[in-house]
Amino acid sequence: MQVFNLPFWTFVGVIAGIYTILSLGLFVQFALAGLPNFGHVAFMALAAYTMAILVIRLSAPMWLAALAGLLAAVVFAVLLGGPSLRLRADYLAIVTVAGGEIVRYLALNLLDLTGGAVGSVGMLGQGNLAQYNQGWDSMLADFTTALSGPFGSLATRDFSMFLIVWTVAVVILSLFWVMVRSPWGRVLRSIREDELAAAAVGKDVFQYKLQVLILGAILGGLAGLLLAWQISVFSPTDYEPTFTFYAYLILILGGMTRLWAIPLGAVLFGVLFAGTRFLDFWPLSLVDSGARAFLRLEIVGLLLILLMAVRPQGLLGNRRELLLER
Amino acid sequence: MAQQFVQLFVNGLITGAILALTGVGASLVFGIQRIANFAHGDYLTIGAYVAFVINVVFHQNLVVAALGGMLATAGFALIVHFGLFRPLRGRGTIAISLVTVGLGLVIRDGIFLVAGSQVRVFAVSQTEVVTIGFVRLSPGQTIAIAVALVVAPLTALFLARTRLGKSMRAVADNRSLAAVSGIDVERMAVYVWILAGGLAGLGGVMLALVQGPFEPNLGVGPLFLIFTTVVLGGIGSAFGALTAGLALGLAMELSTWSGLLGGIEPKYKPILAFAVLILLLLYRPQGLFGRARVL
Repeated sequence: MQVFNLPFWTFVGVIAGIYTILSLGLFVQFALAGLPNFGHVAFMALAAYTMAILVIRLSAPMWLAALAGLLAAVVFAVLLGGPSLRLRADYLAIVTVAGGEIVRYLALNLLDLTGGAVGSVGMLGQGNLAQYNQGWDSMLADFTTALSGPFGSLATRDFSMFLIVWTVAVVILSLFWVMVRSPWGRVLRSIREDELAAAAVGKDVFQYKLQVLILGAILGGLAGLLLAWQISVFSPTDYEPTFTFYAYLILILGGMTRLWAIPLGAVLFGVLFAGTRFLDFWPLSLVDSGARAFLRLEIVGLLLILLMAVRPQGLLGNRRELLLER
Repeated sequence: MAQQFVQLFVNGLITGAILALTGVGASLVFGIQRIANFAHGDYLTIGAYVAFVINVVFHQNLVVAALGGMLATAGFALIVHFGLFRPLRGRGTIAISLVTVGLGLVIRDGIFLVAGSQVRVFAVSQTEVVTIGFVRLSPGQTIAIAVALVVAPLTALFLARTRLGKSMRAVADNRSLAAVSGIDVERMAVYVWILAGGLAGLGGVMLALVQGPFEPNLGVGPLFLIFTTVVLGGIGSAFGALTAGLALGLAMELSTWSGLLGGIEPKYKPILAFAVLILLLLYRPQGLFGRARVL
């Protein structure tokens, strides 16, 4: 494949937009309020599965199913987070990964409901191809036709998706821009820096943390829905714990506390992740294409270690703002 | 039904022994270094693969292979300790956790890149069945039991009776108190990593033997079971981890016993363990045997 390949990079752009939304969820939870959610991927999984199950089994309308998906993510956040928010940070990290793994194992094993390891296509049992994205695809097709007026041959499915995803991302970013600077954002930062001090001036720390958890869950769920619509078939392997740490890497790449740097981090990560397939010089040419997936994860791991060791505040971050010293 | 019970009991002992041995190391590391090591599962994989190379490529027997795996993993743990954790000392627990997540990816995918994703087996018969009484075991399981019967008591004895073992437990229990009573805390950290690495390597070999075919994801699965063991036994408590590992292994296997209200389906065992882990952290973070104190 050529390096300069518009359809391919459009696809990468879509995924980067989805990563941005996902990482914004972690931004409020982790960078802003200091809650280490290591199971963020569970929100994606729950939203996607709820939406797909409702559409496939009950032929629910797409928007209603999507809303139910977000609701499922929120319910999970409250169930898991409600009691565990009082825990120490490293315990919370373990609880959230374990919670995420419960979701994945359930998806893997509740064959009749989720299609098991086969994934969403197997939801109606063997021999029946189950699909959940007709509604989305027909909407996307209409949108693409409408776009082909001004954009001509540029208007493809992924191009429409690109516009939608990034519009959503930019809207959320702008909202956050305001929220971070509001009194609400300042309270969250004070909780991150010193919970006791925030409580001492009369802030209901638990309430704030719960709000943050729910907000993050909604964003995670939204990213999950968009990803499910984009890839049109998903299975439990798409929700392995590693995915959560892509979002962490994006957060760190961008700069832990710099809001506008998150989309930059997501694009950087997307290019890095997709770009490894074009690196064909020695010694990388020794790795055959089948093993490239492992090479990518190897790089993700190395970057995670390196950045945490050398620049914990992120590439564009502000060292005075956050040092992760807790 | 009685036969099923005994079979499950023996299976539970095997799983429990692996969890107990790996859990001791992880618990001491957690206690002394304050590191929730998300790469600990991958330490098991290192042990299994090094042992595999010695056993299958160099045609050495399993004892040599297992020792080699233990040594290599302990060596690796030391390199990581000096090269990564020591320089990063003083960073927050979450920062270090993220580093260990990265480390886990590096190890796992490194093994994938070097050894490939195809399944491997040790040079023991995979089809043969050893029958003891009415318990049926694979040769791999039999070896794992034999190893557990030797190593678990030795580990317990080492921790209970030797000066080094006592010092390790002291540091894990209360770092400052241990330091003022003249224990070199820094040196203990080194010894603890050797112990944790060696036991993780051995656990990996045992796990691979019990499981039969294995691939580089071998150690990821049991990671949270090891965490559960650590928390169940009380973080930093070596004996707690030994008992908790056995108890968890037995509980997981026996929960599938049909005599127990029909038992749960085996595929839900991991979910049970995760739920136990979450509930423990929520309501008894000091572990089942631990004293309640500010953690």
